[in-house]
Amino acid sequence: MNKEIIKIEDLKREFTMGNETVHALKGISFNIKEGEFVTIMGSSGSGKSTLLNILGCLDKPTSGTYEIDGVNMKDLSRNELATIRNEKIGFIFQSYNLLPRTSAIENVELPLLYNSKISTEERRKRAINALEMVGLGDRLHHTPSQLSGGQQQRVAIARSLVNNPVMILADEATGNLDTRTSYEIMALFQDLNKQGITITFVTHEPDIAAFSKRTIVLKDGSIIKDYKNHTVLSATEQLAGLPQEEHSL
Amino acid sequence: MRLLNLLKIAYKAIVLNKLRTLLTMLGIIIGVASVIAMLAIGEGSKESIRANISSMGSNIITIRPESTSSGGVRASADEMQTLTLKDYEAINAQATLLSYATPLVNGKGQIINGSNNWPSSIYGVNPDYLNIKVIDLQSGSMFTDAEVKSASKVALIGQTVVDNVFPDGQDPVGQMIRFNNIPFKVIGVLEVKGENTFGQDQDDVVIAPYTTVQKRILAIDYINQIMASAVSENDAPNAVTEVSEIMRAQHKISASDEDDFSVRSMEELISTFSSTSEMLTILLVAVASISLLIGGIGIMNIMYVSVKERTKEIGLRMAVGGKGSDILMQFLIEAILISVTGGALGVLLGLGSTVFIEKFINWPTSVALYSIIISFAVCAITGIFFGWYPARKASALDPITALRYE
Ligand SMILES: Nc1ncnc2c1ncn2[C@@H]1O[C@H](COP(=O)(O)OP(=O)(O)OP(=O)(O)O)[C@@H](O)[C@H]1O
Ligand SMILES: [Mg+2]
Repeated sequence: MNKEIIKIEDLKREFTMGNETVHALKGISFNIKEGEFVTIMGSSGSGKSTLLNILGCLDKPTSGTYEIDGVNMKDLSRNELATIRNEKIGFIFQSYNLLPRTSAIENVELPLLYNSKISTEERRKRAINALEMVGLGDRLHHTPSQLSGGQQQRVAIARSLVNNPVMILADEATGNLDTRTSYEIMALFQDLNKQGITITFVTHEPDIAAFSKRTIVLKDGSIIKDYKNHTVLSATEQLAGLPQEEHSL
Repeated sequence: MRLLNLLKIAYKAIVLNKLRTLLTMLGIIIGVASVIAMLAIGEGSKESIRANISSMGSNIITIRPESTSSGGVRASADEMQTLTLKDYEAINAQATLLSYATPLVNGKGQIINGSNNWPSSIYGVNPDYLNIKVIDLQSGSMFTDAEVKSASKVALIGQTVVDNVFPDGQDPVGQMIRFNNIPFKVIGVLEVKGENTFGQDQDDVVIAPYTTVQKRILAIDYINQIMASAVSENDAPNAVTEVSEIMRAQHKISASDEDDFSVRSMEELISTFSSTSEMLTILLVAVASISLLIGGIGIMNIMYVSVKERTKEIGLRMAVGGKGSDILMQFLIEAILISVTGGALGVLLGLGSTVFIEKFINWPTSVALYSIIISFAVCAITGIFFGWYPARKASALDPITALRYE
């Protein structure tokens, strides 16, 4: 359980816009071990999403190395990266990125459509299961426009779970949820983490960060803090402590 | 399995974008249909002209006198007296590629039956004439060779003549009429032929033995024309050559001298006319090509814009694990489904409107297979290419770049 699943060194990401260069990440190094639950915090524009996109193999660093499960990302072909995204990573986008006019269940099924090893029945079963896990068992056939912001976010979460990933990368996955629902999602993540899934979680909220084992804080594209949480809260217990009337589902 | 999934994805995407699908298809449908219909009109009129001319007897060969320039002033063919019965006899005896031949003399005059009179033309011929011109009789019978020999005053008349000199509806066969005051016994009525391609009324005629017309009406001993028919349409050009040789020998024309006659086949006439309608077809093809081009640009436009629009979708599909080839296949399948369905509907609409034009506007049409193939191919290929090309560009991006596309 102590293998390093993510190993980045001096990672830089620059965006050139005309003659101006934005240094979104200015040389970042850290490792994440298999089974860790890491929160990435930092103010808006500090480079959290940029970092997570690279970790999710959606973007490439300008310089520096990124080793995923012992393999340098640079050595992987586009197709190999696609397979990693498809089978190993569950990614939750800050802006959900659901297919419009497509039902929740079909949105959740999407990653499995690109995995020919999974049968139609299996696909359906897993999609329903994932949606039930995020409390949307009664919204299977709603399209994004027929769902609330929080519900859309939960569909995006379900989609990231459906391929049984070894690593979940969540970009403000609870940003649109009320306290109770976000605790429920955190409880789900803690549960998945207990099963051995590595979770990297971007958030603004310190009380959400308290559910993780480790926190990395970014500022202007650099790491300013990287510390272990000694008192990890249990989301299930916190949930029990919430007043009853705040019924969200 | 993978292909099945991609088919499903493509199908879902098509259903998802109903309006886009419809618009693209509409471009293809209209493009294909208009080309098919337009070319069908072109081909149709060409064929109808051809059929019309052919109905006048497509293997007919005519021999007329023609003035040579050596005499200085050219005389008109009607006034020329160089064609004789001897020429006819020579042709009749020597030609091998002719099935029928007749001398022909013609004149104009007044037909009188009691108080009814009508100006018409008289043709002096032999009994072969009906076979050459492919004319049947409504009633009565043709005169015989014996009647030709004896210069009998018998005649056959066309329907227009019947209508004008027998207005009471009595049976003309057996009645006497006068042509330029010469009495003729009507022995038959020709079948109705209507107008020919040049607008001439083919039923406004009187037919009589050429001997009778020569002696009693025109008082001449030469003939105006020799009319013959080649054994087949294909033999017509050779028959023309054969007849020319016989005529040159007959008129003792030396190798360096010009012919004093002309031999023409109906085939030549048809090809002149066909080339006119060929022009019409070229014009229609040009118009059709333009509409195909515009249709193609339309398809291109919609496909290109819609694929661009879906760059975000492509980004998402790649983000959740779709490979570049998966994305390309999806868009290719989509484009093929849309283009082929659109093309097929276009063919149906094209054929449908062709039937409509034929039935309700009464224009002759004829659907050419090549028009279906070309229009279908052009539209389908444009649709497929412009569905595939922008998708290829989008699938070469990093997923996040495609996702950020606006
Ligand atoms: N595609 C891009 N082109 C240009 N600049 C970019 C691009 N993506 C990000 N940036 C810049 O990089 C910096 C970091 O952006 P990033 O999205 O990582 O911030 P963030 O920490 O996720 O912020 P937030 O909490 O608001 O989501 C920002 O200053 C942003 O303007
Ligand atoms: Mg962000």
